[in-house]
Amino acid sequence: MKRILVGIKRVVDYNVRIRIKPDGSGVVTEGVKMSVNPFDEIALEEALRIKERGAAEEVIVATVGPADCQPQLRTCLAMGADRALHVQTDTPLEPLATARVLRALTEREQPFLVLLGKQAIDDDNGQTGQMLAALWERPQATFASKVELSEGKARVTREIDAGLETIEVDLPAVVTVDLRLNEPRYVKLPDIMKAKKKPLETLTLEALGVTPRAQLKTPRYAPPAQRHKGVRVKDAAELVAALKQKGLL
Amino acid sequence: MSPNILIVAEHNGRTLSVATAKCVACAATIPDAHITVVVCAANAAAVAAQAAAVSGVHRVVTVEHPIHEHPLAAAIAPQIAALAGPYSHVLGPSSTFGKDLMPRIAALLETVQVSDIMAVESATRFRRPIYAGNAVITVEVLDGAKVVGTVRTASFQAAGTGAQAPIEAASPVAPPTHTRFVSVSAAKSDRPDLQTAGKVVSGGRALGSAESFQMLYRFADKLHAAVGASRAAVDAGYAPNELQVGQTGKIIAPELYIAIGISGAIQHLTGIKDARTIVAINKDPEAPIFEVADIGLVGDLFEIVPQLEQLIG
Ligand SMILES: Cc1cc2nc3c(=O)[nH]c(=O)nc-3n(C[C@H](O)[C@H](O)[C@H](O)COP(=O)(O)OP(=O)(O)OC[C@H]3O[C@@H](n4cnc5c(N)ncnc54)[C@H](O)[C@@H]3O)c2cc1C
Ligand SMILES: Nc1ncnc2c1ncn2[C@@H]1O[C@H](COP(=O)(O)O)[C@@H](O)[C@H]1O
Repeated sequence: MKRILVGIKRVVDYNVRIRIKPDGSGVVTEGVKMSVNPFDEIALEEALRIKERGAAEEVIVATVGPADCQPQLRTCLAMGADRALHVQTDTPLEPLATARVLRALTEREQPFLVLLGKQAIDDDNGQTGQMLAALWERPQATFASKVELSEGKARVTREIDAGLETIEVDLPAVVTVDLRLNEPRYVKLPDIMKAKKKPLETLTLEALGVTPRAQLKTPRYAPPAQRHKGVRVKDAAELVAALKQKGLL
Repeated sequence: MSPNILIVAEHNGRTLSVATAKCVACAATIPDAHITVVVCAANAAAVAAQAAAVSGVHRVVTVEHPIHEHPLAAAIAPQIAALAGPYSHVLGPSSTFGKDLMPRIAALLETVQVSDIMAVESATRFRRPIYAGNAVITVEVLDGAKVVGTVRTASFQAAGTGAQAPIEAASPVAPPTHTRFVSVSAAKSDRPDLQTAGKVVSGGRALGSAESFQMLYRFADKLHAAVGASRAAVDAGYAPNELQVGQTGKIIAPELYIAIGISGAIQHLTGIKDARTIVAINKDPEAPIFEVADIGLVGDLFEIVPQLEQLIG
């Protein structure tokens, strides 16, 4: 079966203004809206489009995280994923450990393509896809804005600092997606009902043979340096004068 | 053991990127650092000579192989992993080059990566932004693990030149054949580079078309400024993707940033937090961009920008 595996992370919704706990021990997540990482929605959308074109037979979404990730997995099933894997753990994993879990899932599911987000918008690490590709000893194509599949290969256009780069990789491969790859579809109500019947399997780290080892500790969370609100000028001439005064013109 | 740091050079085959000199500046803030720069290239001599001159660099190692004509993470990572043994830290810039490459190296070394290092507290303690820069965390690497890191280039001033580090050649490892470079389309422009420019003029959705964006280019040219854009402007096709500023685009720190018709979403603001002076031009007095602007001007950009052009002359 030609399968695509999509990695999904549950994150604080991108519209939420996050707050830091007064004791600096973390970010307030209680009572905060949680969503599928926006990049992962794009990854899933791409997988669904590939399947709809007939180039894949099954789309599997997988998440590693605590029990309360299930609503996000259901959302993905409602978008159109065929089944979901929930690797349940209450300890937040570092990207290398997450990559190890995904590596174990590639062994289990044998996908020809793994699609991940280019970064999770909570920790902004941007590591998991590249790490998975290394552990799997397979190619990576990061920051994808276009993915074209042909027999055994993918041609991927990547958004890089200089412009757009195209590379060709043999499959299976890991592709991490950028924002302009596609626009994810909206979930329709009947699909939410249907998604309730789709398979959602719960797995453990032990069953996958992954023993996470923390290599990083986060002793402190702090707000960023604040910028001060400045002055208002009334027209273009005042603006030019203000810039001249600052020596910027 | 004193910190032994390997920095992966970013370059285009001829010129060393200024991002590498910023990595050197970051590494140099680690006490007693011994700094080596590795240049993977088809022909490394020119870039190696530039790296050897960067102040703070003690040694340059070159690896020459035709595959390194274009930077492919799949080819560079095993090479760096093969060299990494004696090093306590392996650093690269937080550019798309480094973001692509460094995690692959970290995984080959089975070690942790610290992304977007904005400050060094010690050889094992770093500060980095999360949540689009809305929080800054201090992280500590445990148990003597090798540190792989990307350096947030907007947080460091490039190291100067004047060093004369020795250059040595290392032998290449066999690269994989599963990844092939096809092409790169980089817009040629005489304008200053967005990531290093002292002044940046940036446009948002309000510009409304690629034609109107030309007005910004003209204005920027008068100021000798680079041009940037919000995601909305890039998504709409008014500006190419390499101009996007923000969480998922470029993080910049110019002396002057002029945001024109940009609302100031947090994902955009994270890209400009380190700008010295922010100017905002927006017709909505409540636009969030005004919360961070040093100088704000409420009004219609289609009237104001031509006036500014005239006034500056
Ligand atoms: C995961 C994720 C990552 C993102 N990454 C980025 C990123 O890296 N960079 C980025 O920029 N965005 C990013 N975004 C998008 C971001 O949330 C905003 O949608 C985007 O920045 C809005 O762009 P804008 O300000 O140009 O458009 P709008 O928000 O539509 O603002 C247009 C502004 O122009 C003003 N205006 C309209 N007409 C005029 C006129 N005639 N004269 C003057 N002012 C006028 C309006 O008052 C308004 O404030 C990201 C979003 C997500 C979800
Ligand atoms: N806990 C997780 N479960 C499943 N996929 C994940 C998880 N964390 C990260 N990913 C995937 O890896 C991508 C990059 O995440 P990161 O490296 O954390 O920035 C995300 O967009 C997801 O596709």
